[in-house]
Amino acid sequence: MKFSEKWLREWVNPKISTAELLAQLTMAGLEVDSVEPAASVFNGVVVGEVLTVEKHPDADKLNVCQVNNGKEHLQVVCGAPNVAAGQKVAFALVGAKLGADFKIKQAKLRGVESNGMLCSAEELGLAEKSDGIIVLPPDALPGQDFRDYLQLDDTLIDVDLTPNRGDCLSIQGLAREVAVLNKVKNNPPQITDIPATIKDTFPVELLSPEDCPRYVGRVIRNVDISATSPMWLQEKLRRSGIRSIDPAVDVTNYVLLELGQPMHAFDLDVLKGGIQVRRAHKSEKLLLLDGREIEINEDTLLIADHEKALALAGVMGGEHSGISDKTQNLFLESAFFNPLIIAGKARAYGMHTDASHRFERGVDYELPLLAIERATELLLSIVGGEAGPVLATDAELPASKEVGLRPQRIKSLLGLDIPHAEVEDILQRLGLKLVNKAADSWLFRVPSWRFDIDIEADLIEELARVYGYDKLPISKASTGGTLKSSSESKISLKQLRRRLNSIGYQEVISYSFVEPGLENKLAADHSEVLSLANPISSDMSVMRRNLWSGLLQTLKHNQNRQQDRVRIFESGLVFSKEAGKIRQEAMLGALLWGPLLPEQWAEKAKNSDFYDMKGDIESLIGMSNDSAAFSFEAAEHPALQVGQSARIKRNQQTIGWLGALHPVTQKELDIPGKVYLFELKINDLTKAKLTTVRTLSKYPSVRRDLALVVEEGLIYADLEQLIRQQAGEILDKIVLFDIYKGENIAAGKKSLALGLTFQHPSRTLNDEEINEIINKCIKALEAQFNAELR
Amino acid sequence: MENLENLANSALQAIAQAKNAAELDGLRVEYLGKKGSLTEQLKSLGKLPAEERPAAGAAINLAKQHVQEAINQRKSSLESSANSELLRREALDVTLPGRVQQAGSLHPVTRTIERIEDIFSVAGFDTVEGPEIEDDYHNFEALNIPDHHPARAMHDTFYFDTNTLLRTHTSTVQVRVMETGKAPIRIICPGRVYRCDSDLTHTPMFHQVEGLLIDENVSFADLKGMIEDFLRQFFEADLSVRFRPSYFPFTEPSAEVDVQCVSCRGKGCRVCSQTGWLEILGCGMVHPKVLELSGIDSEKYTGYAFGMGVDRLAMLRYQITDLRLLFENDLRFLQQFS
Repeated sequence: MKFSEKWLREWVNPKISTAELLAQLTMAGLEVDSVEPAASVFNGVVVGEVLTVEKHPDADKLNVCQVNNGKEHLQVVCGAPNVAAGQKVAFALVGAKLGADFKIKQAKLRGVESNGMLCSAEELGLAEKSDGIIVLPPDALPGQDFRDYLQLDDTLIDVDLTPNRGDCLSIQGLAREVAVLNKVKNNPPQITDIPATIKDTFPVELLSPEDCPRYVGRVIRNVDISATSPMWLQEKLRRSGIRSIDPAVDVTNYVLLELGQPMHAFDLDVLKGGIQVRRAHKSEKLLLLDGREIEINEDTLLIADHEKALALAGVMGGEHSGISDKTQNLFLESAFFNPLIIAGKARAYGMHTDASHRFERGVDYELPLLAIERATELLLSIVGGEAGPVLATDAELPASKEVGLRPQRIKSLLGLDIPHAEVEDILQRLGLKLVNKAADSWLFRVPSWRFDIDIEADLIEELARVYGYDKLPISKASTGGTLKSSSESKISLKQLRRRLNSIGYQEVISYSFVEPGLENKLAADHSEVLSLANPISSDMSVMRRNLWSGLLQTLKHNQNRQQDRVRIFESGLVFSKEAGKIRQEAMLGALLWGPLLPEQWAEKAKNSDFYDMKGDIESLIGMSNDSAAFSFEAAEHPALQVGQSARIKRNQQTIGWLGALHPVTQKELDIPGKVYLFELKINDLTKAKLTTVRTLSKYPSVRRDLALVVEEGLIYADLEQLIRQQAGEILDKIVLFDIYKGENIAAGKKSLALGLTFQHPSRTLNDEEINEIINKCIKALEAQFNAELR
Repeated sequence: MENLENLANSALQAIAQAKNAAELDGLRVEYLGKKGSLTEQLKSLGKLPAEERPAAGAAINLAKQHVQEAINQRKSSLESSANSELLRREALDVTLPGRVQQAGSLHPVTRTIERIEDIFSVAGFDTVEGPEIEDDYHNFEALNIPDHHPARAMHDTFYFDTNTLLRTHTSTVQVRVMETGKAPIRIICPGRVYRCDSDLTHTPMFHQVEGLLIDENVSFADLKGMIEDFLRQFFEADLSVRFRPSYFPFTEPSAEVDVQCVSCRGKGCRVCSQTGWLEILGCGMVHPKVLELSGIDSEKYTGYAFGMGVDRLAMLRYQITDLRLLFENDLRFLQQFS
């Protein structure tokens, strides 16, 4: 809500500066969003009177005017099309400053002397654009300083009101607040009832009384709609950011700003039969004032006549029944609509109007009568005409609310005792009526304009607000009573992230919604993607089913910025629909691309590969102290290259994937070199076994090396498993220290070099028993895998 | 005797010229060994008259001793030069860069969340997370934001269908905890939230940390104390903090909290739009209706809730001037946080 400080001060004028007023509003919960002067800085402009206008001898578009500045008559050359003798105008004298670099000097225009300038609203910073000079009302006094005449030394204040404070969306509401905060009286303008001079009324039926329990209407005949609104009224509208349209619209807007009551003016002569306030019929259509035709839903309240819809109640009028330049007779509407029937409607039709903004927050149901009198008074003074009697049609109005309050509750919620007299004083100043007072409680009646006070806590908030949040006490809360549990059978995500950092992975955070094309290529194909109904853009329209598209986008972003090495990870939820149910699961994903080590002198450059990433996963798995429960098995995934992808399991349950990005996708993304990816379920990664130390053997260990030639396709894990089986408990460790193919090894074969370390917990092992075990292993390897000792 | 002197001199000369330990050992055998030439001199003592023998014997022994000493000296000198040769050969340029995997770092938002968790954890707050795809009930209804409430217009919500949406705030998690947990409750809930808004100062995804404390006798004064304490801990500065009345449907009374601008300390600058204050979080006493909707006795228990934007806190803390940097994941930006 944007308003003029001067207008507010007409209502309530506490002895505080503008800066103090602004601070006060903000600290009372009416947050000041912006402050600006009402007009740009200028001086030397006075009210002038155009005495004569003659054509410029040498220029078609210029006129030579004699202008009275209150003291003398000056010759001024003016280019405005609308200049005319007899006008009162804004006259910038020689020496006037309009802005920093614009000084009015005596000049010759095409040979004719000019002593000053007649100004447009645009030139004085009063409008964005103007077509001609400002024309002031005839009663303006020549010579008066123009700033004084329009009271331009004013501040425009924009307050950002929270949705609960619809009551402050008017000068009246703001003045009420300011009066309470400063303990001063509010001086509303005298609004008198305008007596009817004709008998005409227009019938009103409330067909949906719950939605509209009060409708006040009035007929005004024989108006001159071509009249223009007075300068002071246009100025007040302008300072609230509203353009002057015609007197009827200007007056209803004025009353909206002043009192907070949205009103509407119909052209009486196009209305048929009478007003019906009702819900829309099926597929009813309405051409709105803004030129759009909409189809109205049955849950929407309409103002209609006996033939058709006239207006979206509380939102916007219709084109057909609106005021036009031919209008002679008016019907004024001032109604109370239930917030529930208006709430969300404007949005549903893609609109937002000053009326809907107020009605959905709640407009005082006691206001319509006052407002229609105010509007009538203003209208008659501008457009003339005769007013009929006010016709108020009422159904069941909202019951006035009564809310109880206990001193003990104030204390427990605010941590403060407010003296009882002060409690009563604050709440009564806010317009609440004390209806009952007992030893340990009060009962207050809520005023009709406060839709936000329903319960005790609401009253306590009002007390706190007026008392001052800054004056409420501060207590240093004690810390929690018990120690927090700290489980070692769970690794925290924090620890996993730190491990990844330390092995060279940078954390990234990417959007949870991604581009559907790439996402689809990367997802495992058994799940359904979740699409947003209202995405912000098409490349952010589906929820990621795994973390890889964000990681690949990040790789691309950095590759385009000349990074030659990317090691990144992300943790977060992935989303999919499976069997009609939404699955949201926390995952840890990583991407590896480029050289294993940063460019350096000491090692030969080598690109990261599958086993580098696998080693990194093993480092994470190792944190669980349960590495043996994890396994990697060759499996296919649509995102990954066949033959370079592995399913990762823990206790036979799939917990993730590792592999090289599918070469086709890699090519499509234009990424040079292989990209490795993994993704793991965080919940399966964080379960850990508590470390229990095993006794160290005091006896020497024995190492034997084996070189085996096996089929090239033999799976290492199977081989290791067989050796472990055969060797039994005294086999302490197996290390694979070489894989060789090529010279001296038959095609289709490979040679594996294994180091086996044996150790017994309670004695020294002798050669014979080791030999026996080795032979047993070799026999089994020969039998099962056709392995040969090299 | 002349012979002895010559012998000793030639031995000393040879020793001085010996090039290595082996040569030196040869010389030792040649002169001092069992059949060495100096040892042989002792054998010739018998040919001398008895009265000359002691003196001659002493002279021979002295010569042997000199030679032995020369050998020892030469030996240690040879060893030490061999050693220093070895050291010279193994010397390194210690200024060469080390051979290391470059460590990664946390994203500044994660780092900020962890920092907030750490600060609150001391006061007994547990971290709880919740789903990001939510239903209308947990995101709105249960927080006292019924259908068509004007507050809904402030949340530009992403929808999947009329009832399924991306959470617009982490307050959803407090509902889920209140539903299942029993009071007292002390939690903070960090996470991603989503609003359909994108410009210079808004990203459609951002991060919040929600806090909730429910217990007997919790008052607004406790909330003020906790928030003030937290902000001073977080910014490691004794900043002024102010509470302004505001409105959230799920708290009553509600407050917006401003902290003295961390950049200009209240003087007014670009960061605080010349106001001297930074709007940093929203909070309030949990609305009795919200407690009751989740089955908590609002007469027995009171509590406070607060919510803050992590991305903004991170930006203020690390002087990040462009919000969009946070989700572009430019490594040159992220690696500054290691």
